[in-house]
Amino acid sequence: MKVFLMYRDRDFELKKELPWNQEALFQDLELGTLLKTMAQDDEFLYQVSKEAVFTSLNDRESILYRQEILKDCMANPDVVRQLYTLSVQAQEAPKGHYWGTFVHFPNAILDSSVEVMSVLMDILKSIRAVGDTHSGAFVSGGFQRFWEMIREELSDDYFETVRQHLKDLKFNGGVLISAELTEGNKGTDYVLRKSAQTKQRWLERLFGTNAPAFSFYITDRDESGMRALSEIRDEGINLAANALSQSTEHVLSFFEMLRTELAFYIGCINLSEQLQHIGEPLAYPDPTDTGERYHCFQNLYDVCLALTKKESIIGNNLNCNDKSLILITGANQGGKSTFLRSIGLAQLMMQCGMFVPAESFQAGICTGLYTHYRREEDSTLESGKLDEELGRMSEIVDHLSPNALILFNESFAATNEREGSEIARQIVRALLERQMKLFFVTHLYEFAHDLFVHKTSQMIFLRAERQDDGQRTFQLAEGEPLKTSFGEDLYEKIFCESKQGG
Amino acid sequence: MAFQSILLDQPEGCRERSDCPTCFSDLNLDQIVKAVTAGKEEYNLQSFFYAALNEENAILYRQDILKDLEKQSVFSILQTFANQMKEVRKHVALSEKLYYHYSKEGWFLQAVRIYCNAVSQLAGSLSAAELHSDGLKNFCTYGNDVIRSESFQTLQDTAERLNSDLSAIQYCILIRGNCVRVQKSESEPDYSQDVAATFEKFRQGAVKDYRITYKHEKGMNSVESRIIECVAKLYPEIFTGLDDFCTKYSDFQEPKIRDFDREIQFYVSYLEYIAPLKQSGLEFCYPAVLTECRDIHVEQGFDLLLAKKLLSSGSAVVANDFELNGKERALIISGPNQGGKTTFARAFGQIHYLAALGYPVPGRSAKLLLFDRIYTHFEREEEMKNLSGKLQDDLIRIHAVLNQATANSIIIMNEIFSSTTLQDAILLGKKVMEQIRRLESVCVFVTFIDEMATLNDTTVSMVSTIVPDNPTERTYRIIRKAPDGLAYALSIAEKYRLTDSCIKERIQL
Repeated sequence: MKVFLMYRDRDFELKKELPWNQEALFQDLELGTLLKTMAQDDEFLYQVSKEAVFTSLNDRESILYRQEILKDCMANPDVVRQLYTLSVQAQEAPKGHYWGTFVHFPNAILDSSVEVMSVLMDILKSIRAVGDTHSGAFVSGGFQRFWEMIREELSDDYFETVRQHLKDLKFNGGVLISAELTEGNKGTDYVLRKSAQTKQRWLERLFGTNAPAFSFYITDRDESGMRALSEIRDEGINLAANALSQSTEHVLSFFEMLRTELAFYIGCINLSEQLQHIGEPLAYPDPTDTGERYHCFQNLYDVCLALTKKESIIGNNLNCNDKSLILITGANQGGKSTFLRSIGLAQLMMQCGMFVPAESFQAGICTGLYTHYRREEDSTLESGKLDEELGRMSEIVDHLSPNALILFNESFAATNEREGSEIARQIVRALLERQMKLFFVTHLYEFAHDLFVHKTSQMIFLRAERQDDGQRTFQLAEGEPLKTSFGEDLYEKIFCESKQGG
Repeated sequence: MAFQSILLDQPEGCRERSDCPTCFSDLNLDQIVKAVTAGKEEYNLQSFFYAALNEENAILYRQDILKDLEKQSVFSILQTFANQMKEVRKHVALSEKLYYHYSKEGWFLQAVRIYCNAVSQLAGSLSAAELHSDGLKNFCTYGNDVIRSESFQTLQDTAERLNSDLSAIQYCILIRGNCVRVQKSESEPDYSQDVAATFEKFRQGAVKDYRITYKHEKGMNSVESRIIECVAKLYPEIFTGLDDFCTKYSDFQEPKIRDFDREIQFYVSYLEYIAPLKQSGLEFCYPAVLTECRDIHVEQGFDLLLAKKLLSSGSAVVANDFELNGKERALIISGPNQGGKTTFARAFGQIHYLAALGYPVPGRSAKLLLFDRIYTHFEREEEMKNLSGKLQDDLIRIHAVLNQATANSIIIMNEIFSSTTLQDAILLGKKVMEQIRRLESVCVFVTFIDEMATLNDTTVSMVSTIVPDNPTERTYRIIRKAPDGLAYALSIAEKYRLTDSCIKERIQL
């Protein structure tokens, strides 16, 4: 039995290796804010959300598979939460039993497994009941498969078979064990047996007169004899105890998988509720195949900023389809970093099957998301800082494959403008040739200007708006890179005016 | 000729002795024996080491066997056999130790099976092997006679039949409270599989193994024994057959096979001991035995025990050459302390003794004296307490040696007379050497007295050497040359700036 609510054909496993650059992504995109909102103080939800967000899907179909399930969850949040609660209860079933703890006797292992399995079966019955009542409200392929599996595998007959086993495994009629002789005429290969016939006839046959049999009793005083006997009995039920314990573990891992996969959707429900609360829109993104250059959105906002401010914020509208380089220049505090972050977050959210913070969003699937941000901390040694930056860049290049998305934020500014520009130019040119998609926020005028002069159809130049009165709109619009030194602007302006005047 | 023993080709002759030769501890032969026989205590091999051979033919008989054994194919045949016989003994011992009737009989049956298998396999493998030694060829013939004998065949067939009958038994136990019922098995379905199959649909990834591992005693407990008694009643013919078998064949081993198993270890143990040394590049050779002349000659000989120690600590082993020609009878070893003199003397004795056991000896090539006895006189710590007493003791012991020694004896003396004045030591030394010269015994004399080195034309001077540039460093190489104690003294003095000129220079007038 498989849950398969995260992938069509495989489990969503926790503790998989996350991308090597997850720390950088976490920091640069301020993912903590997003994940905390999804988790709502639940550590497990946090962990699952984090791993899901970092484990990007790379094809449209897988993304849509999750989107459909997510839509079901958003439509039936109470049923999904009920399922989740049941899976949590199941995981707590072993508590208070000796099951799974350090036990040396198959007898004890078996007894505790029988107890735990009984509890688990009750919970499975509850899940069946939930399905019987609510499955009709679910339309996604994933959930339809799930409910059908529950209906088929967990039939009334099956529950009856299990009940009978759990009863038989208490061995009220004695333990029947087959054995052979090994070296030294010692009994070996003890195997638990069950007669194919009914219990009544089995006992009849065994104690009856037809087959020769010999028996003996061990007196109550004979403690070592009793111990020896129970050891043989234990060896006989050893495999059965193992089988039931392992089965118990399997059932528990089914519940663990259910809990894990639902946790992601619970996280999404939590997030949507918060965004609804502050009045921000969400959209199910339209992912386009890897290699296609799409990026087109309405009111794409920085979800983390919205969650932090707890208010609706201004988003961006943009169509940069067919573009591979989006170069962003403009005023400080003009919303460049926020924009860059919203691009990164939307990409990650889209590629893990979530909705995105926008009114509409269409983008190409990338093979990997990388951030190269200027790090503020170690600004002591300029040359050391450039080393550090280039080191990180080199590490990114080690991991790149075509159609990766790379977000640069004021990179290579740790040296003078001419050197920084040349470095940036060479890197950008090479990456474009290698079919990367780049968002580059920069203050390097020489670099930006040079690109603008040699502009190709795959480039688009955005500028942080600044109104004439100096107010910032936090919106970006297409525009030629400007020299950012407004003092110089002023100087030139005065000189030009005085010339004209003269 | 009928097979006698793998150690001797003649029925008469001594292959083991209970008393340890007196030279053993001085030559570290006691430690060598201990190391060689380590892990083989059950064979009680020491007594073989105490019986040195004094006939050339006996030595050659053993050397030939060892040459056969140096072939890996032959060696592994005997290793296999030894392991099997060890198992036989273990099983017999177990059978004797155990308490319950069918338990004892069961292990006894296994002992017999292993024994029969071991002997058949040995005889078969040896027949197929290419053997050159009389010893192994004779034994091979003997072994094949044994396994073809009717008594052996009956023993083996009966044991095998009983075993397969017992293994085929399948029975069922029903345990209900304190009641145990035993009956023949009737292919009831495996219930554990049934349980596993029911829950198969939940199978996810790998899970923990909840099986308890039972450490099974070889013997039975009371309940097991009572169950087997019930099984015996279910299969009376098989168990009666087992009872009869154990009574009839209580003494199932051929004495000569049992002796062979023990005696062959005399060879195996030594080859195993020297194998790592050979692997590290040290050479061993089968020595020629000198009966007429005294032209002893050893190329690259070394101390077997020390070599092993050095090897395990990763240090290099220094080998030395020595020889006696014509009238020469004595090697006088002098030179700086800690230069390997004692080791050299020991190696000389060890090599001769090992050769007399028939073994290959440390060295690239060797011609050795067939001695009647090795006499040693090494200084011992405990005798240092009373100096006058020690000198007296030294003389008494040397006197005894000189009374017994013959022209075929080897006398090894190490730093004797160190407890008296130099004058005395020179005088006494010269007298003793004169006696030995007259006896014509072969002698190794380690001394700090240079004057001894050039006594007469029967003595050869050998000197431990140093690295010229660093006198404190030893080469452990002993070479044939006149003593140069002065040169050594000069160099070491120079190092500490204490030579004549150095001191003059340091102390300015």
